[in-house]
Amino acid sequence: MDATLESVTSVTTHGENDTRARIITSRFVELSGKWTGEMPKIRYLFFDVRNKKEKVRLVSELLRTPLFAMYEKYGAKVVDFAGFAMPVQFAGIIKEHLAVRTQVGLFDVSHMGEILVEGDHACEEVDFLVTNDVTRLHPGQILYSPMCYEHGGTVDDVLVYCLAKERYIIVVNASNHDKDLAWITKHVNKSKVTDQTDQVALLALQGPKSIAVLSKVTNEDIAAIPYYQFKENITVCGVKTIVSRTGYTGEDGYELYVDAQDAITLFEGLLEAGKEEGIILAGLGARDTLRLEARLPLYGHELTEDLSPLEAGLAMFVKLDQHDFMGKTVLAAQKEQGVKKALVGLELASRSIARAGMNVLVDGQVIGFVSSGTFSPTLEKSIALAFVDPAYRTVGQQLHIEVRGNQVPATVVKTPFYRRKKENQ
Amino acid sequence: MSTYPQDLLYTKEHEWVRFEGNRAHIGITSFAQSELGDIVFVELPAVGKEIRFGDTFGTVESVKTVSDLFAPVTGKIVAINEALQDAPEKVNEDPFGEGWMIVVEVTDKHEAELLTADAYQEVVNE
Repeated sequence: MDATLESVTSVTTHGENDTRARIITSRFVELSGKWTGEMPKIRYLFFDVRNKKEKVRLVSELLRTPLFAMYEKYGAKVVDFAGFAMPVQFAGIIKEHLAVRTQVGLFDVSHMGEILVEGDHACEEVDFLVTNDVTRLHPGQILYSPMCYEHGGTVDDVLVYCLAKERYIIVVNASNHDKDLAWITKHVNKSKVTDQTDQVALLALQGPKSIAVLSKVTNEDIAAIPYYQFKENITVCGVKTIVSRTGYTGEDGYELYVDAQDAITLFEGLLEAGKEEGIILAGLGARDTLRLEARLPLYGHELTEDLSPLEAGLAMFVKLDQHDFMGKTVLAAQKEQGVKKALVGLELASRSIARAGMNVLVDGQVIGFVSSGTFSPTLEKSIALAFVDPAYRTVGQQLHIEVRGNQVPATVVKTPFYRRKKENQ
Repeated sequence: MSTYPQDLLYTKEHEWVRFEGNRAHIGITSFAQSELGDIVFVELPAVGKEIRFGDTFGTVESVKTVSDLFAPVTGKIVAINEALQDAPEKVNEDPFGEGWMIVVEVTDKHEAELLTADAYQEVVNE
């Protein structure tokens, strides 16, 4: 078999004392070239079993989160993700996915970066960096926002936490951490910028039963924290945390920020507390299928240096009328003239998976490309997100995806593919 | 001592072969299915198709990855496992049994190029 794996590199650990790792197979998809109005060029790098010797990256060479020891203890498959040794799965992606939809799952997402911006001008400086409106945030509130270049392409998509009107935490993707830190440092001149990534661990407790689990290990009324708000200095499992009502799964849930040294205590405590609720450990594989069903964008796929948030369908997070920000001129023009491509949801007629970079065709002509695709464990269908010529964005539009030389029929469908039921909200 | 069935032969690309007379059942190993993770789609050729040793005869797709299947023998396909169309997870659950993929009427066994269970174990351990 000649396997290819998108975005992540498969690495297998061998036994307790042996951190020797092996890349079985992998494929990286990179979008390259400056935005020109055309489809970005896509470069594939193939590794496979036959040339693994040249491409091996040892687990010992990768960065580790404070919870690395837990992966071996609980039987994770570890992969190289953005230079971190991260669990791609524990019991299996589909099982983990369904557990998060119906019960509760616990994720280590400590690879995410936390950058603190503080000072009298912090509000205006952070506000200028992102497309969403930071000035309306009160302490305890969070917003999701793209962060753009002058040319309208995307640096990253981030969460902005307002600790106080003079103190903000920007939570960034691991894959963009270094780039973001340099970008923020360059454009924030009056405020102090501190990278807290190494001192902070981040656990995500996600699923309809996350309230029940978290309530057992804290005295705080965590159910009262509204969606996209947080509370500081909450004791959970005996350790001090920031409890945030956020997530990347399309379910109700919490993200818990904790000192790196307390991460294992919190992790083991939540796992123990959730036994009755059927808590399951979940990896990056399930995180990806969950976010895709919920149509949440992933940087490197739906957002890149060459893709603007307007093209990715994120206009509600681009506040053109409210404030001045980096990239505004180009984005305003894009809105005025209409985007040249639009992100749509697709459902495939076959169980074959549409992988990132595959062509989307109408009458044999390429009209777009797949940005993300997976087998949806909830719908039991193959689903994808794709950038297409806006003429073909209408729900019900029939098209084809070129899968390894075959044209697989697909239909444009409404997104999100999955929306949680009201009673769970 | 190998943990893989002794009565099968293997490829270093993680296919297995069970010879019965001039017929061969072919599938992928327990190691392969474990590395792939949840298998959601198995694409197999039509019955009657001739395949040659080393050729790609199909693909197996898991949530995280897609893999080509390489023919470990030369011959004509006389049966495919239709059950995998609706239940590809059988490859995860029972890779050496119900998860078989094709049966080939063999014209060349290529036995010299195939691995014993112990030799395959070494490939996995590498």
